[in-house]
Amino acid sequence: MDIKLPLFISLSALFLVYSLFVYTSGTELTHPEINNSSASRGKALWQKHNCIACHQLYGLGGYLGPDLTTVISQKGKGEQYAKAFIKNGTQRMPDFHLNEEEIQSILDYLNSVSLTAVTYK
Amino acid sequence: MKENFKQNPALWFIATGLLALILGVFFGLVGSFQYIIPDFLAGSIPFFKSRPLHVSLVISWIFLAAIGGVYYYLPIIFKRNFFYPILVKIHFGIYFFTGIIILYCYFNGIFGGREYFEFPPVLALPIAISWVFFLLNFFKTIRGKFKTFPVYVWMWMTGIIFFLFTFIESNLWQISFFRENPVRDISVQWKALGSMVGSWNMLIYGTSFYIMEKIKGDDKITNTRITFFFYFLSLTNLMFNWGHHTYIVPASPVIKNISYIISMTELLILFNIIRNWKNTLKDVQKNFFSLPYRFLFAADIWIFLNLVLAIFISIPAINFYTHGTHITVAHAMGATIGINTTLLFSSVYFIFLKEKILSEENNKKKFSIGFWMMNISLFIFWISLIGAGITKAMEENHPFAVTNFMGLMNELAPFFNLLAISGFGIFLGILLLALPLLHSVIFPGRKN
Repeated sequence: MDIKLPLFISLSALFLVYSLFVYTSGTELTHPEINNSSASRGKALWQKHNCIACHQLYGLGGYLGPDLTTVISQKGKGEQYAKAFIKNGTQRMPDFHLNEEEIQSILDYLNSVSLTAVTYK
Repeated sequence: MKENFKQNPALWFIATGLLALILGVFFGLVGSFQYIIPDFLAGSIPFFKSRPLHVSLVISWIFLAAIGGVYYYLPIIFKRNFFYPILVKIHFGIYFFTGIIILYCYFNGIFGGREYFEFPPVLALPIAISWVFFLLNFFKTIRGKFKTFPVYVWMWMTGIIFFLFTFIESNLWQISFFRENPVRDISVQWKALGSMVGSWNMLIYGTSFYIMEKIKGDDKITNTRITFFFYFLSLTNLMFNWGHHTYIVPASPVIKNISYIISMTELLILFNIIRNWKNTLKDVQKNFFSLPYRFLFAADIWIFLNLVLAIFISIPAINFYTHGTHITVAHAMGATIGINTTLLFSSVYFIFLKEKILSEENNKKKFSIGFWMMNISLFIFWISLIGAGITKAMEENHPFAVTNFMGLMNELAPFFNLLAISGFGIFLGILLLALPLLHSVIFPGRKN
């Protein structure tokens, strides 16, 4: 008996079930307050200016700039530290000429990511 | 050039792919120089533009050349034309014009802002539609008894189905259920991208199995139990091993454990390569004169090197330090250039030599220099990325540490210099290999 097709279908079905598991398991919001409109706007701005080209979140992204997963909560860093970079840029990072409200939205987004980083092991 | 081949849309896919490769590697080179000279072309192509240009164009080369191969080989294998020939042309048209719009968007600073295969989300729709056409045409053309199909037909089928699935999955962020939850968003993105790479690998490896069968003149090798065992093992890895990218993401531990176990089954593939090493060497002695075979052999070496690296970085205790370092980039570059591009060059040369539109004799010296330049430069490139990754991992004691980023970049500068120089070597090597192919398409009447 040829089992190739049944095996393919079974594995595919298992993959679908697994996909649903990935979408829903272990992804419950630990800080429901992070799901606010300013953070959502910040995420949209993050994408609009293609920040991921240089920065990483949870290891996903470019390497020209630092990983920003916990930049808001890290000792010695925080909102003011991040704000200075966003506002002025650096030799490597362009100044995107964002207004105060936009900068705050990006900071809120980075804060929402930072709050999820309860463990990285 | 044979008249019927000139009108074959498979050739359009391949030629456009070659152009995408040259441009993609060029923008990669620009990006690598921006690492050492931050102001380099910063006014016209800043890094946040050069990177997506590089990534999307190289991924486009991979897809265009792989799809072109399927469109070329399938009618030969099944001895019948594609069921809907018009859909092949529509597929190309959609890809071509969507690609032009995506390039326009990048140059004008309009991004999707996602990792890897990114563009304004509305452009995902034509790509998905064209892929549905491809899928439909493929299944209508291969209709028949599945159990008699050689492994490469299974691999192409798998690649087509799973690309469509993972492509849709990579766009789920447009639904707020996924977008508004950072952990869910990152997990799904890693999942979609990890499996998407597996899907294009299926398309490419299928092609290399076909070429190997033809070079060896032995159609049994693509229908043995062991061949299918490794096909199903690769399929299982495509589905479940992507989770080793998410060890640091606070998602379900079940995903990480499954991924770790599945990733370790790649050891079986590694043992199989070592077991067959003697036979591989015999084949090399017999077939090294053939350019397509030479590329297959080079890819074998890259598979071995990249597999060893992949297995190492899939071990959680090692991954904890290496994730988010340039070692991950080394793995990506070894895979996309060392394995994928090398196998696709094998396929493109196989087709062009078969169709007699290119003479191996007339270009022997150029090909040989290009082949060695690309592979040696890539090896230096790969080693310098690993060196940069190890240095970064040793500097930082956990994945998100940003202690002194500028200090770290200065420490990594020697690796970046080597990266840019070897990147230039890769670019020259690829030019030597790809330009004669493009020349033969654009000027078919001249001496190629």
